[in-house]
Amino acid sequence: MKRNLAQVVLSTVALLIVLSAFLPDAESGFGGIVKRADSYFPIWFSIIAVFAFVLGASSLIGSHVRKIKERETDWQYSIVTVASFAIVMVVGLAKLGGAPGLAGDVSDPTSVLGRIFGAVLSPLHATLFSLLAFYIASAAFRSFRIRSLETTVLLLSASAIIVGRLPFSSKLFSFLPDSLHWLSPGKVSLWLLLVPNTAGQRAILITVSLGVIAVALKHILGISRDMFGGQK
Amino acid sequence: MSGDTVLLLITLVVIVVAMLRHRDRKPEAGCIPEIEVAVRKAAELNRPACFIPGSRDIDNIQTISALSMMKVVARYCAEYDVELIIPVSKSMVMERAREVCSAAYEEAGFADRWSSSQVSYTTDDPLGFVAHVDGMIARAKPAVCFMFGFFAGESLLLAESSYNVAEVTIAGTAVPAQLPFFVASCDTTLIGEEFFAASAILSGNKDDIAMLQGLDAGKQLAIGIILVVIVLSYLTLIVKPEMYESFLTIVDNLFHGGGR
Repeated sequence: MKRNLAQVVLSTVALLIVLSAFLPDAESGFGGIVKRADSYFPIWFSIIAVFAFVLGASSLIGSHVRKIKERETDWQYSIVTVASFAIVMVVGLAKLGGAPGLAGDVSDPTSVLGRIFGAVLSPLHATLFSLLAFYIASAAFRSFRIRSLETTVLLLSASAIIVGRLPFSSKLFSFLPDSLHWLSPGKVSLWLLLVPNTAGQRAILITVSLGVIAVALKHILGISRDMFGGQK
Repeated sequence: MSGDTVLLLITLVVIVVAMLRHRDRKPEAGCIPEIEVAVRKAAELNRPACFIPGSRDIDNIQTISALSMMKVVARYCAEYDVELIIPVSKSMVMERAREVCSAAYEEAGFADRWSSSQVSYTTDDPLGFVAHVDGMIARAKPAVCFMFGFFAGESLLLAESSYNVAEVTIAGTAVPAQLPFFVASCDTTLIGEEFFAASAILSGNKDDIAMLQGLDAGKQLAIGIILVVIVLSYLTLIVKPEMYESFLTIVDNLFHGGGR
């Protein structure tokens, strides 16, 4: 019963959204109802997401409190999580250091929450994101090892793009005669990016769009109910 | 109705007709063997498996497909008695994931092996989520990591952490910008629509296979339209070069609804 009701809600909402793409803009009548419903759905989703956050937060706190109580492995880290959660929640709800009341801006940079964001969260984000530089290097090293024809093509393409993107690459290959200028890494890298790369990306985008339509239809028509846990 | 809306309508009709026509076709015995092999490997090593269903909410179609894949992986984990760890970054995905996995364990006949605490929510913040998952992977040392769904800048951070610890890493996404990172770091990568098709093939369900037939019909339609436009544009250029610009305008209006 619960799953059937969920399926009915899903199909109705999805069909209204699909219909709104085909119906002309109208203020009244069936078209108007569909268009209005389509504009309301994202708001309803946001409202549901807020309530769902309570579930997520309670699950997070519940699991960490259990870890601390039962002294599981690395339980000390759970104290940091619970303490951080409690501090940020109190500071944010009370709007400490900022304009109080419902109209007060939570993201005010001069408030305590804003300072926590700027002094703690932003540097942590930057630290984590900077790891990408090392990860890109290690991933590239593995990918460019010549093991097959594909990896050789990958290495040659990557080398052409790296050399072609160097600021002094045009000077580096200025010895090439005009008739062979198309062989310079700058030209080759541009061709690689504009022709094979664009063709590949477009092919992926077209098939992904079709895949999205097929998967959406599967769920709208109730062919698959994996999302609700059970089979058809 | 603009040109692109008509095209969308035609595509929808072609896909639905193809799905209905092939509904009674016997499911093919195809499957993606890497997933079962990977879970079996985790069982042999007596280490857990980790499944990351992307970093977007339940309103993203890739998250929904990731949940379908999760069901297949959960069934294998139940059969081979492998602990499945699922970190999620959205509360609604957490609820869905718990329901999907619970059903998968039940269907496999091992409901007692499932605990809802295996799905853990940390934060909606993508980088906070990455920090949690990276730490969890380093501590739990999963033998296999599955990454399916929508990933943005966190893809390489997650894929490389998994590569350093796990024996097998399998990823699938329909985000073209993140595919090179997964291809570079993971053992197997499902590219674009392969990711959508994989769950249908793995399920073996005849209705899911019909969806694949619909997808193929849509692809044939797209290839047909592209070929017709290429041939017509060359013919116009050769036979009536003065009409070439007008032809391109017609095509542009048809595919972009005159928006460009």
